Formats: sequence, C-alpha cells, structure tokens
Amino acid sequence: MLVKQISVFLENKSGRLAEVTKTLGKEGIDISALSIADTTDFGILRLIVNQPEKAEAILKENGFTVSSTSVIAIAVQDKPGGLASALDVLESQSIGIEYMYAFIGKTTDEALVILRVEDSEKAIQTLENNNIKVISSKDVYDL
Amino acid sequence: MQYWNSTYECMPREELRKVQSERLVDIIKKIYHNVPFYRSKMQKQGIEPGDIKSVDDLKKLPFTYKQDLRDNYPYGLFAVPMSEIVRIHASSGTTGKQTVVGYTRKDIDTWAEVMARTLTSAGANRESFIQVAYGYGLFTGGLGAHYGAERVGASVIPISGGNTSRQLQIMKDFGTTHLACTPSYALYLAEALEEAGFKKGDLKLRAGVFGAEPWSENMRKEIEDRLGILAIDIYGLSEIIGPGVASECHCKVGMHIQEDHFIPEIINPDTEEVLPAGEKGELVFTTITKEGLPLIRYRTRDLTVLNTDTCDCGRTLTRMNKVTGRTDDMLIIRGVNVFPSQIESVLLEIGETAPHYLLIVDRMDNLDLLEVQVEMTPGLFSDEVKKIEEIEGKIRKGIESTLGINAKIRLVEPKTIERSEGKAKRVIDKRKM
Ligand SMILES: [Zn+2]
Repeated sequence: MLVKQISVFLENKSGRLAEVTKTLGKEGIDISALSIADTTDFGILRLIVNQPEKAEAILKENGFTVSSTSVIAIAVQDKPGGLASALDVLESQSIGIEYMYAFIGKTTDEALVILRVEDSEKAIQTLENNNIKVISSKDVYDL
Repeated sequence: MQYWNSTYECMPREELRKVQSERLVDIIKKIYHNVPFYRSKMQKQGIEPGDIKSVDDLKKLPFTYKQDLRDNYPYGLFAVPMSEIVRIHASSGTTGKQTVVGYTRKDIDTWAEVMARTLTSAGANRESFIQVAYGYGLFTGGLGAHYGAERVGASVIPISGGNTSRQLQIMKDFGTTHLACTPSYALYLAEALEEAGFKKGDLKLRAGVFGAEPWSENMRKEIEDRLGILAIDIYGLSEIIGPGVASECHCKVGMHIQEDHFIPEIINPDTEEVLPAGEKGELVFTTITKEGLPLIRYRTRDLTVLNTDTCDCGRTLTRMNKVTGRTDDMLIIRGVNVFPSQIESVLLEIGETAPHYLLIVDRMDNLDLLEVQVEMTPGLFSDEVKKIEEIEGKIRKGIESTLGINAKIRLVEPKTIERSEGKAKRVIDKRKM
C-alpha cells in the first residue's frame, strides 16, 4: 500500500523546478502529485510519479540530490470535514504526521491526500480499520 | 617633525645595505651559537656563520615557518636565557597551539623605536594625546602602540578596546589628537560619535594609525571623511615584533618597512626563488636586531609587492603594498584568524564524506560577515525541512565553538561550487582590500 515519493533538494533560485519537470518530462515520466516545502534558502520538492525508480535514477544522473520515502495516499470525501475525520483517526492512535499535501485529483467526489507519518504500517492499518480509503501504490502511479 | 629617526629612515640605500649586512652577520653568529634549532638547520645545509658576509648571502639561509614556532613551543627558539626576557606575548592560537614570542629590554626598545617612527609619520609628537584603543594583553597591538606613543613623548591614553561610550567621552574631554585601533573599530567609533551628536569640530582628533586587519581604500576615505582625520595603515606581526614592522607616511603609497631592523624579501611561494622589487610574492622577514626571538627568513604567508624607490616623503625605506592575499588561504574575520581547513574539519565531523564548501566573506556596516556554502550530499539530505535545518544548526554551532564566529550556513545543490583542477578555491573575499 505504501507509495514511493521522490524528494529533491532545490536551491531557491529561479528555474530549478522547471529543470526537474523538464528532465522528467523528456523521459516520459508523469507527475501526479507535487509539493514544495521551502525556506528562504532551499526547498524540498516532493513528487509522486508513475515510475518512481526510473525518476530517481534520472534525477540522480542529472546531478540532483534525490531520496525516496514511503508515503500513504488516502482518498477522503470531498466535503467539509472529510479530511478531519481521517486525521482524527490517526490522532487517536498517536500517529504523528510529518507532513501532508493534496493530490491533483482526477476523480470528482473524492479528495486525494498524501501523508508522511512516523509509522506507516500502523497508520495504514488504523486508517483501514476505520474505513478510510487507502489507495494502492499501483493506482496512485497510474493516476 | 616629519621623521622620528631621519638617520635610518632616509639613509642612502647603499649605506643601509652596509648596516643590514653588518647586523645580519652578527645575528647569524648569535643564533648559530645560541639556538640549536638554527644550528642544526644550517649544518644540514652545510652553512657556517662565516659563509654569511652580506645581505647577498641571505638567500643561502633556510626559511623559518610558523610551524617551527609551534614545534618549539614555548621557548625553544629563544636566543637568550629567560632571565633576559622581560616580556612575553602570544599570537591568537586558533589553529592548534598558540605561538609565543619573547622580548629582551633592548627588543622592547626597538619596538618602541619603530612604533615611534610610525606615530611620527602620522604627525604625532610630544604635544599629542594618543588614545590607544587596541586591546592590551597577550596581543601585541595595545602595548606596542603604547610604548611607541610614550617614546615620542605624547600623552598616552591607554583605554584598550571596547566600551565605546567611554571612548567617545574621553576622546572629547581629554582632547585626543591621535587614535590607534583597528580600522573597523575606527568606523564604529565614527558612527557612534555621529549618533551621540558629536560634530567633527567638537574633537581635536587629527590622525589615526589603523591596522591588525585588512582594509580598503574606500574604508580609508570613509574614516577620513567621517572623523575628519588622516588615516594611515600599519603592518606588523607578533613573530617579527608586533605592530610597526611597516607603516605608511602621509603620501599613502605603501608602508615603509623599518629595514634597519627587518630585512624584507619577496619570494615565489612555490619555487622559493627570490623575486625582484615590483613583483608579487610572499613576504619573508629576517630580523637583524632582535635578541629574544630572532627569526631568519620567516615566511609570513602574506602576499604583497615591494617598491624600493625613494618616496616623496624623503624616506628611502622600502615600501610594501597592502597585503592582497595569503599563500595559505588564511582569512582575518573580525580580528580572528580563520583557516578554511578549520571549517572543513567541522564539516567532516557532521557529514560522512569530504564536502565541497566555499567561504564567502563580505563586510556590511563595517562588520565582517561569513557565509559558508556547503554542497548538499545524499547523506545529509532528508525529505524533511526540520532535519535539514538541524544539520545547518549543527554546522553553525560547530563553527562557532571552533572559531567563535557566527556564520551563515547556506546549503547548495551538488556541483554548484566551482571545481578547480589544482588547489580548490575555498574562499571568496568580497571585502576589496
Ligand atoms: Zn613615504
């Protein structure tokens, strides 16, 4: 169920993000989710792509500092409180969230969210036990 | 009075050479017999004191390095019994052991003499009030300027560094005419004076002798404008004697080296070949009158150019340009000696591989700023901001505890720091010396 996320170190200077997306685009890699955490000096670009291993290799070849992390993708109802109920579930089990970001969803009635938590296995089990839809990696890559 | 000692300051160069040669012959005999380190070094090269007949023979002699002072810590290179040593100073020992220097009564006298020449060339005399705002202590700045000021017969105000509001009050109340401190402190004082509402006319300040750190022509102009004074540059290093080894005259076209006490040479630091005047290279000094710690062909690591033409001021003493760099990449940041290797060892403790890094020094509002750029490595990278910030914090703290300097850490992408084929370029100094 774990989804492989690619993280890239970027200096805060113009054109770097475009460089990454261009590099991946040339190799036919499709980005389905993207988020940037940034400070004044640097940013961390987080990507969900259709071929994570290939993307990691390509970015490394092009001189980027890259790492991969396991994250969880969930689908919540696209209505007020939809995400809150999922977060409550994790909170009740004291599962800390390192960061999260939303997907560029293609379905209409569900919002897709990426979560990075301390204990992924436990989080998945907890979410599923509470009927929260965890999306398989295969489905995520194909989005 | 323009000169303190016109006999030597304006001596025809041929005559000066004779003086230097006599003194060199004499000092070589002394060190050969009194300093085992030099004796064995000379013996290894197959030289005896009798082989040194004039300054022309200087090039036969071995070099002395800062490391030799460290290896013989504390008193191993002294040439007289400790009972004759009346003063001990030490240089800031940021890399490993500090280096210790010792003075006999005559050495203190020589030091006062060369500082008196310096202060005289800044217009000081027995009517002057000289405020010495260099630090007093093991550092040679304060006491060196102090003894020179006493020698010219001025009224010395030994306030030492710091306590700016008191510096200003004293400057005004005591009628300070001359200021001796670092150039950045002079500018700081100028600002503080303006803030406190003092005007140029409120003070009797006429000139200042500024050194112990590199400074630019722009900075000179600013100091001169804001304080309404003549600002002259002074060079020195504790191994040779302290401040006063060389200093500018009012012409401000290079610092006159007190050559009757210290023979300068410029060498190519790689081939060790002696270069003619006008060529840039490493400055090397031989002390020819010092008793306590004579040094033969001491490698200063400072890069500069010598000019032997007679100056418009009438002095025949060789002039050295401002130091434009170091052969060992040493930086002086806020008065602290910083070697890139010290930063490198901090980085090595944190990362698992030798990092690529670059030190960028700049000066803003008269304060030196150090930025350390470090290339990101897979080992340091994390997908969490806080973990990367923790690494930055570790580097910052490591540098602060090693050097006492607060540096800005900037993590940069791999391969963005310029690679060089030979020696890596580790430093960009934007301070425009
Ligand atoms: Zn001159």
